[in-house]
Amino acid sequence: MREEILSILEKNSKIDLNELAVLLGTTSENVFNEIAAMEKEGVICGYHTLIDWDKISEDKVTALIEVRVTPQRGQGFDTVAERIYNYPEVNSVYLISGGFDLLITLQGKSLKEVSLFVSEKLSALDTVLSTSTHFILKKYKDHGTIMSAKPKDQREVLS
Amino acid sequence: MRNPLSKKIVQVKPSGIRKFFDLVSEMDDVISLGVGEPDFDTPWHIRDEGIYSLSKGKTFYTSNTGLKELKQEISKYIKRTINVDYDYNSEVLVTVGGSEAIDIALRAMTDEGDEVLIPQPSYVSYEPCAFLAGAKPVIINLKGENNFKLTPKEILENLTAKTKILILPFPNNPTGAVMDKTDLEAIAKVIIENDLYVISDEIYSELTYSGKHRSIVSIAGMKERTVLINGFSKSFAMTGWRLGYACAPKNILEQMLKIHQYAIMCAPTTSQYAAVEALKNGEKDVEEMRRSYNHRRRFLMNAFKEMNLECFEPFGAFYVFPCIKEFGMTSEEFATRFLTEEKVATVPGTAFGDSGEGYLRISYAYSLETLKIAMGKLKKFVEKLRKEKIK
Repeated sequence: MREEILSILEKNSKIDLNELAVLLGTTSENVFNEIAAMEKEGVICGYHTLIDWDKISEDKVTALIEVRVTPQRGQGFDTVAERIYNYPEVNSVYLISGGFDLLITLQGKSLKEVSLFVSEKLSALDTVLSTSTHFILKKYKDHGTIMSAKPKDQREVLS
Repeated sequence: MRNPLSKKIVQVKPSGIRKFFDLVSEMDDVISLGVGEPDFDTPWHIRDEGIYSLSKGKTFYTSNTGLKELKQEISKYIKRTINVDYDYNSEVLVTVGGSEAIDIALRAMTDEGDEVLIPQPSYVSYEPCAFLAGAKPVIINLKGENNFKLTPKEILENLTAKTKILILPFPNNPTGAVMDKTDLEAIAKVIIENDLYVISDEIYSELTYSGKHRSIVSIAGMKERTVLINGFSKSFAMTGWRLGYACAPKNILEQMLKIHQYAIMCAPTTSQYAAVEALKNGEKDVEEMRRSYNHRRRFLMNAFKEMNLECFEPFGAFYVFPCIKEFGMTSEEFATRFLTEEKVATVPGTAFGDSGEGYLRISYAYSLETLKIAMGKLKKFVEKLRKEKIK
């Protein structure tokens, strides 16, 4: 049942407990307990809203930053990752395979603000070898959701 | 001028769905719960394979029976789903949807006067196809109290010396009924004892919600007397691709092939390439769609319970078939009033046979949001009718 609850919540975290219970063919008490347990265990880490900020304001930019770092003895990448993820403007930090080590997504008010962060905060860390910043120009799809308008039902009305 | 028309075709009644369709088409802002096709788009990897085949110039006829690779995949798919062996080379025919398979199976197996047993409520094409093939359709009226399953008794009651074929339409459109293993074993006994043949239309086989689909061909002695029909429309959301198939003993399939060859040539090539991808890599998509349908099915059953509307719990397809007898009107009156007063389109049960009287087909090939709005309207409508009745 957990996996099914999660797959519904992942698409619609706003869903009402009673409704969720109906969809799963169980009681709302069961659903409540299961969700509470998953929150406690850290399986469910938060409930967010997917927003298309482009529709609201112009002054928001998102950047993807590739970072090469020197791993530290005994701690690998964890210490440097922590130093980076503690900045509130950093949205996500991933350790990845390939040509660089960390991938960071960052949100700022302007290109300048992001550039300042990269030059003054990120590059200034002594374990950081190099950075490469990519600004996002347009978001087509995010969290499995296509951002453009929903297509109309093209089916015949009866069949 | 002479009459251009055949006496036979003039006798065929237009589809009951069609009649209601014309009424709905004239109205604006209707919420429709009337379709018999998935609301999902064909999964992208399947569409992509179709596009790729086009870009590679694979635009020629395939062999009459279908692409070898597709027939092999169909044979493997049947083996892994219902554990029956069909030789892809001589026992599988790729058709233009399940509909073509129904038509040619009936034409290949019946002579003038042979009787075809057709359980109803069911899909609208069996009766006219049997009639056009020259056979005599004999209707079995399935009963609400049996949850619209077919019983051995109902077969026996309609049996004559001329009965040759039984149509087996499960999981069922419009009722959502499924036949489980015991149900099938019970009727298989009667079928074998009376030397009947079966056309088993299993187009909704992937959409069952109480365990895996059971096919009559898995029962000993049934494969040799059954034409198994299935397709890609419902399971992989591929209605517009028009692709289905029939699996049957070689001697039957050879004759079906003649009709297919002369009337159709071959099923659409692009669709066949896409279908190979569907069978190879589409299992996860089917699982996801099935789960989503099941959520909606439970949502509707709960909504009916809350408004005290009688409905047996269907475990297949994507339809529910609530009973509206308490309101003292016909299915058509109910559906028409519901449409004009609340602007929600459903299909009267009678569109699928006389035994659908007193029932309504509601499709849940719609998003939960749409179903929620529609059930709000149904609740309001039902309460209004109950008040009218008291007065």
